[in-house]
Amino acid sequence: MGAADFQTPALKEYPVIPILAQDAMAGSKPYVASEKMNEALGFPGKLVEGWREIAIAKMGELRGRYRSLRVFLDACVHCGACTDKCHYFLGTGDPKNMPVARQELLRKVYRRYFTFAGKYFPKLVGAEDLTEQVLEDWYRYFNQCSECRRCSVYCPYGIDTAELTMAAKEIMDSVGMGQKYTNEIIGKVHKIGNNLGLPGPALEDTLQTLEEEIKEDTGVDVRMPVDEAGAEVLLVTPSADFFAEPHVFSLIGYAKVFHAAGIRWTMSSHASEAGNFGLFIGNYEQMRKIAQRVREAALELGVKRIVVGECGHAWRVAYSFWNTLIGPFDFLDPRYPVPQHICELTGDLIQRGAIRLDKEANDARVVTFHDSCNVARGAGMGGIPRGQFIIPRRVVQAACNHFHDMAPEAIHENTYCCGGGGGLLTDELTELRVKGALPRMEALKAVVDEHGVNFMATICAICKAQFSKVLPYYKFDMGMIGGVHQLVGDAIRLGRND
Amino acid sequence: MSAVTIIYACLFYAATAMLVVGLAVKIAGYARTPAPLTIPTTPAPRTGAGVALRMAREVALFESLFRANKWIWLFGWLFHAALALVLFRHLRYFTEPVWAAVAIAQPFGVYAGFAMLAGLAGLWARRFLVERIRYISTYSDHLMLALLVLIAVSGLMMKYVSHTDIVAVKAFMLGLMRLDWQPLPADGPLLVHLFMVAALMAVFPASKLLHAPGIFFSPTRNQADDSREQRRLAPWAAELEQK
Repeated sequence: MGAADFQTPALKEYPVIPILAQDAMAGSKPYVASEKMNEALGFPGKLVEGWREIAIAKMGELRGRYRSLRVFLDACVHCGACTDKCHYFLGTGDPKNMPVARQELLRKVYRRYFTFAGKYFPKLVGAEDLTEQVLEDWYRYFNQCSECRRCSVYCPYGIDTAELTMAAKEIMDSVGMGQKYTNEIIGKVHKIGNNLGLPGPALEDTLQTLEEEIKEDTGVDVRMPVDEAGAEVLLVTPSADFFAEPHVFSLIGYAKVFHAAGIRWTMSSHASEAGNFGLFIGNYEQMRKIAQRVREAALELGVKRIVVGECGHAWRVAYSFWNTLIGPFDFLDPRYPVPQHICELTGDLIQRGAIRLDKEANDARVVTFHDSCNVARGAGMGGIPRGQFIIPRRVVQAACNHFHDMAPEAIHENTYCCGGGGGLLTDELTELRVKGALPRMEALKAVVDEHGVNFMATICAICKAQFSKVLPYYKFDMGMIGGVHQLVGDAIRLGRND
Repeated sequence: MSAVTIIYACLFYAATAMLVVGLAVKIAGYARTPAPLTIPTTPAPRTGAGVALRMAREVALFESLFRANKWIWLFGWLFHAALALVLFRHLRYFTEPVWAAVAIAQPFGVYAGFAMLAGLAGLWARRFLVERIRYISTYSDHLMLALLVLIAVSGLMMKYVSHTDIVAVKAFMLGLMRLDWQPLPADGPLLVHLFMVAALMAVFPASKLLHAPGIFFSPTRNQADDSREQRRLAPWAAELEQK
């Protein structure tokens, strides 16, 4: 990747709906997966002969598998409520990034082959044959959706573009049009156990180094155990936490929380990844196979609880799907929710006074919180209404003195995606990622200008990686982004608790 | 028995059959297709009662649309609420004796016809004036609006321009229901009105009007946020567990 060959959008005082810029992002396209990567997941290596018939048959099959897809293909009335809700549209102006237009890419083919009107009056209802051009459009524009579900909040029928994007990706995978970034990573998880392809010994090595660093910093022996049978808690966290910055500071934070609370915990080299990229391609079997490693690890290590680290897509899959995919969890302690989010665990310990935080430790920071889309709109927390908004903020505010939320239309369920979710966190999509971050950057700028915010906390590995990359494009310091448990780790009392 | 009567009687039987059978097939398809994963758009209610309330707000008040866009909400809600009242008022042509509630709604129902037109006009104007909505509009979107406008205009014409013998219309409708055909007055606005209504009924199950049953089956709206407590194993997913 050379220097940027695009213009970073200017930050405006208030959000403006762009004028349509036809084909503005028609050149945005992620690398296609290699034959080996596709075949490792059981997909055809490259575009297969007779792909049209196979794709149409797959569409029919998925329509029979998922009620969401079946209803969403029929129910849209083109009312336009969603047209200004997608961060990629707001950042690029490309009309095909309006959620309804993105959906239409799939729907026009559905109409042509599955509906009476589309078969006999295609022009009238906007039905179209599945041509190479259409397939090419699918590949480009379904890889410009981060499956963040913001549009589904505003659709009067709850149509969720993410469901259609996932279906489109599954169809493309079935004909050999897999996307490199996602499929390569899924292959690594199946083979090694995490997205980075970090094998067990390397993982142990990394964690040992971290233990030494904490000891140097604090003088306390805070442990980072792996594969310790008989531990109470299995922590499953995104593998970026093991070495990428700022992710690793959150991992240190979790370790300190467990240490201070006196909870015996462990990670697993078999299930050393919370992120589940099977979600991105909407493939139930892949998603289940990836999640299965967590169940296997929990059983093998004999733990009582499973806790998930700071990872947005992981939390959606864990909270919303694990019970169905890999449950029931009758072998775990029924007094705790399964799975439990690290913020639920820490929040609970803080409330009970089982751990103490010194807020002053973070006095140099003026903090805001970025709600990650999959946590905000695809999961919950704490078993209380809106818990996914309340609990992380409660933890943040217990760890710092200066906290300011961004504007209401940019947080909670209205939150804007960071611009890198859903399998788009890859370098060849940099232009899309930078432009897609625009609405979040505008909301951030407002609190930076008004309150001097200098730290944006979040609970998602993709958000952290994405913001580290795009913040500098908008003249912000990349060190502004960090984890909630980074704040906790810096504020927690490790020694005596009185 | 005039040709008009015979044609319109057949037309209504056919349109009714298409509406009922078409919708039944569609709804059965929605109902039979599993929802293998829990995907409510959160924050979502945690109980069945909460879901029912969310759905009620969505159907009666268009809650999500209100959050999305106040203009679309205004025109859309006005149109739908007016249409509901108009439809309710029209029950007087299908019931004997007329229900008390329908009789009370009668005077409001007439004004609702104008409200309906106003809503439709607003929605149609947006399809021309707002660039984004112009981009996503298809011919069928415009035709559907034209159909509804024609129904409303021809209906209002019978009230304000050229009166129709509504007693005879009622006799015709009751006759259809009792399989005892009665003559239909051959007035222009009435024939247009009835033809367009029959057309609307016929295309209902093959068009975007499926948003009406669709909303009730939309998993992002009709599921409770109970995934940690409740497994949802689709039959095809259960088969994977056997392997």
